[in-house]
Formats: sequence, structure tokens, C-alpha cells
Amino acid sequence: MGTTASQLRKDLLSEYQELTFLTKQEIILAHKRFSELLSKEDRNVPTPRVPMEKVLSLPELKSNPFRKRICHVFSTSDMKDGSLTFEDFLDLLSAFSDPATLEIKSHYAFRIFDFDDDGTLDGGDLEKLVNCLTGETDDTRLTTEEMRQLISNILEESDIDKDGTVNLSEFQHVISRSPDFVSSFKIVL
Amino acid sequence: EKVGEEKPEVLSPEELEKLKEEVDERKKLISTLRGKPWPMRKKLESHEFVEKYEGALGKGKSRKLYAYKVMMLKKWMKFQRDFENFKTACVPWEMKIKEIESKYVSYLFLLYPCTVLLVLPGCLLFFNLAEKALMGRPYGSMPRKTVPRADEANAMDFAVLWDFGGYAQYSVLFYGYYNSQRAIGWLKFRMPLSYFLVGVGTVAYSYMVVIRTMARNANEDGGGDNNSFNFSWKMFTSWDYLIGNPETADNKFASITTSFKEAILEEQESRKDDNIHLTRFLRVLANFLVLCCLAGSGYLIYFVVRRSQKFALEGLESHSWWERNEVNMVMSLLGMFCPMLFDVISALENYHPRIALQWQLGRIFALFLGNLYTFIIALMDEINLKREEEEVLKLNMTIWEASLYNGTLGVNSTAPPITVHPADIPRGPCWETMVGQEFVRLIVSDTMTTYITLLIGDFLRAVLVRFLNYCWCWDLEAGFPSYSEFDVSGNVLGLIFNQGMIWMGAFYAPCLPALNVLRLHVSMYLQCWAVMCCNVPQERVFKASGSNNFYMAMLLVILFLSTLPAIYTIVTIPPSFDCGPFSGKSRMFDVIQETLESDFPAWFGKVFSYASNPGLVLPFLLLMVLAIYYLQSTSKSYKQANLELKKKLQTVSRTINKVLTLIQHLLYSLFMSSYLSSPLGGEHRAHQGKSNHQIPPSATSPPAPRGHRIPGPLPGNQWQPAPSVQRVPNSQRH
Repeated sequence: MGTTASQLRKDLLSEYQELTFLTKQEIILAHKRFSELLSKEDRNVPTPRVPMEKVLSLPELKSNPFRKRICHVFSTSDMKDGSLTFEDFLDLLSAFSDPATLEIKSHYAFRIFDFDDDGTLDGGDLEKLVNCLTGETDDTRLTTEEMRQLISNILEESDIDKDGTVNLSEFQHVISRSPDFVSSFKIVL
Repeated sequence: EKVGEEKPEVLSPEELEKLKEEVDERKKLISTLRGKPWPMRKKLESHEFVEKYEGALGKGKSRKLYAYKVMMLKKWMKFQRDFENFKTACVPWEMKIKEIESKYVSYLFLLYPCTVLLVLPGCLLFFNLAEKALMGRPYGSMPRKTVPRADEANAMDFAVLWDFGGYAQYSVLFYGYYNSQRAIGWLKFRMPLSYFLVGVGTVAYSYMVVIRTMARNANEDGGGDNNSFNFSWKMFTSWDYLIGNPETADNKFASITTSFKEAILEEQESRKDDNIHLTRFLRVLANFLVLCCLAGSGYLIYFVVRRSQKFALEGLESHSWWERNEVNMVMSLLGMFCPMLFDVISALENYHPRIALQWQLGRIFALFLGNLYTFIIALMDEINLKREEEEVLKLNMTIWEASLYNGTLGVNSTAPPITVHPADIPRGPCWETMVGQEFVRLIVSDTMTTYITLLIGDFLRAVLVRFLNYCWCWDLEAGFPSYSEFDVSGNVLGLIFNQGMIWMGAFYAPCLPALNVLRLHVSMYLQCWAVMCCNVPQERVFKASGSNNFYMAMLLVILFLSTLPAIYTIVTIPPSFDCGPFSGKSRMFDVIQETLESDFPAWFGKVFSYASNPGLVLPFLLLMVLAIYYLQSTSKSYKQANLELKKKLQTVSRTINKVLTLIQHLLYSLFMSSYLSSPLGGEHRAHQGKSNHQIPPSATSPPAPRGHRIPGPLPGNQWQPAPSVQRVPNSQRH
């Protein structure tokens, strides 16, 4: 990034355009929104990082049940604290943009759903996933019996090689058949 | 990976060659870089590598061509990027759609017909302009372009214009205005030919667009071998990431929970099947009631159209506004109330909501279709009436002409032509203009009904619910009537039918598509406003089918069914003798014959006549039918092969699992037996029980690096020989 946070260098702008699915206007808007999240001290740092709490305050992410996972997946921080640089932020927006390919979206979706980061979706991941989707309050959660039934149904459908987990290729196979995925896996600033 | 930092002049030719190859490879990679799930840093590094060495390779006299190529490539990519930016800026209403999407489920069907709708009026406007501005004769110069003397008095009245009579009738809006002269102006613009070709061309283009969209959707579907991923899809794809509103998010959570619970229940209940006879009887009863409704509405429309013909004969002024607009009002009202009736009847049937939705849409479809066709049949009767009138008028024309000369001339002598003002010449009843007028009126009344329903049904209702809630006994917002939901499928159906009516009437009222574009713009803004301020999202969102192809298929059927009547009239009914671009011909398509004879060389006409010989056309049609049958059967066999492969994959992996666990057990027992029979073994038989618990046949996968790992032949199940080996040092410690 440039030395002043208020400007994005022209050559970087065109490189970002080539390397992501975003248009020029979208990158400039992203830069503006990112700069708003920075605190005063961070503005003059060469590659500033926005802490996860600030990112989660964005209106586009506030209501998303997977917001913490999204930050962790796109963060390149060594401390694994979910903080994002501007380039991470662009990666995020690019993966969630409209022209992004199915491969990219399904790849990142898999990583977001992989709560324990072990490369496959096992029963524990699926259970956490369902709990995220059914909301935070206790009366909307599923009972243990329903949960067990649901997870066994899902594994029966998606687990092609019957190893008890859903790996990336099985996940991509299921997702590629879904008509809703590409249109629902979108975030626009 | 990276070649050293030496200056390029120092590199030997082979090294230079290798570098070039590597740069080219990297360049290929770059075009796909944005599709790679790498963090930005890594992508930037790859990019930098290419840039650095590309620049270096460009130096030196013999590399000029290479540098030039690189520069052109860069410029081309920049142009592509700018064009893409420009395209996104051009999509109309993009910000509005994004705003709505954040509140509602994203559903972008509207954009598909946009392209069709925008091209059609483009074509039709073009040749309309050609007629009027470039070379046509202006208003008032010909009888077909002038209001008859008798009607002149009230030609500008609003009531008459609203009815599309008066000046509107004799304008470019309708078929009757156009001149039938073969070649107009100094450009020799072939008016009748172009009218015909544009009419046919727009229909062909519409077919192409619809079918191409369907093919694309079918491709994305992935062959449709297996649609039974219901639970997985609910799990992985049900959350809409565009939701930014906490209220909508809560709604979404609730609906997801409900859908999970329902799906689980349904799966359990699908095993048991009680009281099937009652259900069957109720369903038959419901279908019978629906058929009665459809028949009733068809008869009503027919009756009303006949009555309106009677009114027209008696003169329109002697009737009230209702009686004059009866047909359109009745059709619109039926379109509004019958679907509600179908909804109530479908409560008898007790279907799964998605199936019930499909039945509902099918019935509304049948209703609209029935109504439209009844309308057209009634219109046919009117056309016949008008043609009879025309015959009578033709007879009277000769008498009238004779009277002009006042009997001063004999039968065969010539005389200086007497100039008569075009408004005074008696006019034939132009049946084509009448058809165009009917369709335009229908669409206008349909629009009015939609807007009024929107204002009353949505806006007024929302206002009442909001303000009366303070002084009402029960909670208006939660119970009845509450805010109206945004009914996606109903609106899409309405759009489809509107488009069908346009296709039907476009040949006889050329400016109809242009009017429709205007109407769509207004509808769009009105609907956007209503959606954001008065509607709530649907509580349970059921899509009518897995893909968008359901609505596309309906559009295709409507396209076919609406162009049918137009084609029928073109082919069978002779055009009017004094109005429109085909006046005087015996059939409208004779214009093609004429053009072939006069504008093309003789051999072309011969070839064409051979090609249109039934002896050639029939075998060709047969060939196409056979080709379709062949493609159908190959596609079925591919689907079958797909399923077989999947089953094979499952059995193979299951077998391998079994074999591996077997080997694991075998090795372990071998080890144990060899260990126990050794001198040390005797002391440790006590520990045997403990060590038994240490066997983890790891069915779950070991920790693997995040994400970038390519799954091996047995994804997720990696047999680890480690546990059995580790036990040796363990036991030796004692």
C-alpha cells in the first residue's frame, strides 16, 4: 500500500484488477471502506492490519453466522487472530464477488465450513455448522436426536467413499450440482 | 525456481531460452491467477517474477519483436479490463438490485428477458423510423394515414385516444398506417419485405435467446444425474451471504431451522402412508373443481367478447364505460381472483409445498392460456366479420367512384383524375389494425390492473396494518392480514405472460415492444419501491424447481403458443385491400415471392423453388426427428454410465477399506504373536490388555496442511503403521 492510506497507487490498482475478480470501482470502494476501519495510529504503517473485531463490525458481515470463520480463512496473520490486511480484504471480496468461478467459491466455502481446519468436514464440523445455521438462541436449536439424524443423512448423501467425512472433492461435487450456491455465496460492499 | 540475478546479456543462449520458457509458462499461469485460491501475496509474487524477466528479456536488439508482442498483450488485457468495467457500469439498475438482494433472497430472473425485450423494440423502431423519417409519406398524404372525415370531430378526444381510436389508430402504432409501395424513396427501401422479415426475424431471435439460455442453465446443472442432495444443499447453500439486515437474518435462521425439522420429519414420514384413499379422493375432487373453474372462466370470456361485438355494432357511445371496456376488465379480474381460488382449493390436496407450488403454477398457466386462446378465437370471429364488411365496401367503392364523375363519362374512357381529400375516401375496415388495437388495449388494462393491485393490495394494506394496529383488538402485524409477502413466482409468471401477449400482438402493432419497455421501466421502479417499503420476505422460500429452467421452459412454451396465432393469420387470411404494407396481395408471404422474382437473378428463384419442394423438405424433417431421437438415447446412456461409475467408486473404496483393516489386524496379530513368543514376551502378558486399547484404527484422517493438499487415492483414510511400531520402545522401557 502507499505511504498515505488515502491513496491507492495506480500500478497496484491495475495489478489488483488483474489478479482478482473485482472491477476498478469495487477495488477503490474497498480501499475506502478498509481505510475507515483503520485506527489513527495504524494509518501510516506500511501494511496495516485491521483486527478481527473491527472487520466484524462491517454491516455486510455483522449478520453473517460464519463471520469469524471467514476472517480466519482469509487472514494471513502469523498469530492466527483473524486480522486482515488490505490484500486479505481484497481476496475476501474477490472470492465472494459475482464473477468468481465455482471452483474458487467452493474452495473457500469448504475452508470456511472446516471449523477444526483439518482438511475434511467430519461430524464435529457438521454439527457446529448446523448450530451456526439455526441461530444462537436455545429454542431454535435442533435436539440431539434430530442432529444425529441430520448428520447421518448428510453423510449418506455426500460421502461418496463412505469414510465418515466429506473431503474437498466430495464437497465440490455436491456444490456443483446446486443451483443456489453461486448466487447465494456473494458479498457485495 | 528463480534463475539467478545475472544480467541478461551475461546469460548464455540456452539459459535465455530456458528463462523464456519459464516466463511463458508463468504467463499462462497469470491468466488463470485470479481463479487460484492463493493469498494475494503469492499471486503478486508470481506476477512480479513475470514482469521482471519479461522486461529483461525485452532488452537487446534481437528481442525487439518479443518486447513488441509483450506490449501488445499488455494493451489488450488493459482493454479487456476497461471493457468489463464499462459493461458492469452499463447494467441497468444494478445498485437497486443489490439493495433489494440484501433484503430478499437473490433471484435475478428478471435480467434474462431484458436482453430480448430491449432488442425487439430496437429492430421494430428502426424500420418504423425508416418509414417515417427517411422516406415515407407523411400523415395526411394517403387515405390509410388519415383520419376519415366522419371521425375527425372527436379524433383528439382523450376517451377515443385512450381506446386507441382516432389519431392513435392512424399512426405508426398500428399496422394499417404503413404503405404498401414496394420501394420507397431514393434508397429504394423495400418496405413490405422489411416489415415481414423484421416480424419473422424477431420471433426467430426470441427462440434462439430462450433456447440458448436453457442450454446454458442445463449445462450448469451438471447433467442432472442425481437430484437427491437435499440435506447437503440445505446445509451448505441455504445461507444467503448477501443478507445484511439483522431482521432478515433472524427470519432466515427461523426458516432454515423449520426447513431442517420439516425435512427430517418428512423423511421419517415418507415411510408410512396412511389413509391414501381419502387423499386420492380429495385430490381428484380438487382437480375436478379446478377444471370447472377453468371452463367457467373460458366461457365467461367468450360470452363477454360476443357481447362487446354487439355493442360495437350498436355504436360505442351509447354504452357506459364498463360496457365498453368489459372484455379487458373481465380478463384482468379473472387473472387476479382465480389464482386465489386455486390456492384455496389446493388446501384439500395436502401436497408437499414444493409440489403444491408446481401444481399452482401449472394451473395459473392453464388459466392464462385458456383465457388468451378464448380471446383469440373470439377475435377470429371478429376478423371474419370485418372481412365480410370489406367485400361489401369494395362493391360500394366502385359505385362511389362512379358517382364522383357524376355519370359524365362512359365505362371505358379516361379522364383527368379528380383530386379528393384523403379524408373523404371511404375506408375499408382494416382487420389487422383492429387486432393490434385489441392487443394494445388488453396490455394497457392489464398494466392498470397490476398497478392498482399493487397500490391497494400492498401499499394500502401496509398503511392500514401499520396505523390501525394501535387501536385494534388483535395484532394486525403478526396475524391476519399482516404485511403482504413478495410473491416471487407469481410475479415471474406475470412477466412471462406479459411477454407472451407482446409476441402475439407485435406483428400487428409494431410499436408494442417499445411501449412495453416503457411499461417495464415504470413497473420496475414501482415494484422496487413497493418491495422495499411495504413487503416482507416470504417466510418459507420454496423454489418451484431445482433450476431456473422451469421458468425458461414456460417462456419457451408461451413463445411457441403465442406465435402460433400470428403465423396462422399470416398464412391463411388475405390482407386488407387498402391498409398496411401488404395491401392488395392475396397472401402476406407473397412479398417473398415477389422479391425473389424481381430482385434476385433467375437461377436463385429456381434454386429456392427446388429447396422448398415438399419432396425435399419432408425427408429433411424426418432426418431431424431421427437425430433428436439419437441424441436423446445417447444422453440417457451417459446418465446411466455416470450412476454406474458412482456405485463402482463406492464399492471399490469400501473394499479397499476392508482390505486395509484386515491387513492392519493381520500385521498386528503377527507382531503380537512374534513378540509374545520371544523371551521378553512372557513378562508382559499382563500389559496385553492395556495395549489393546492403544490400537486406533484411524478411520478419521490425521492432521493435514490446510486446504492446499490434493486428496490422494483414499481421501481421508490413511492407515498409519506408526502405532504398532511405537509399542516396541514402550515395552522395552520396562
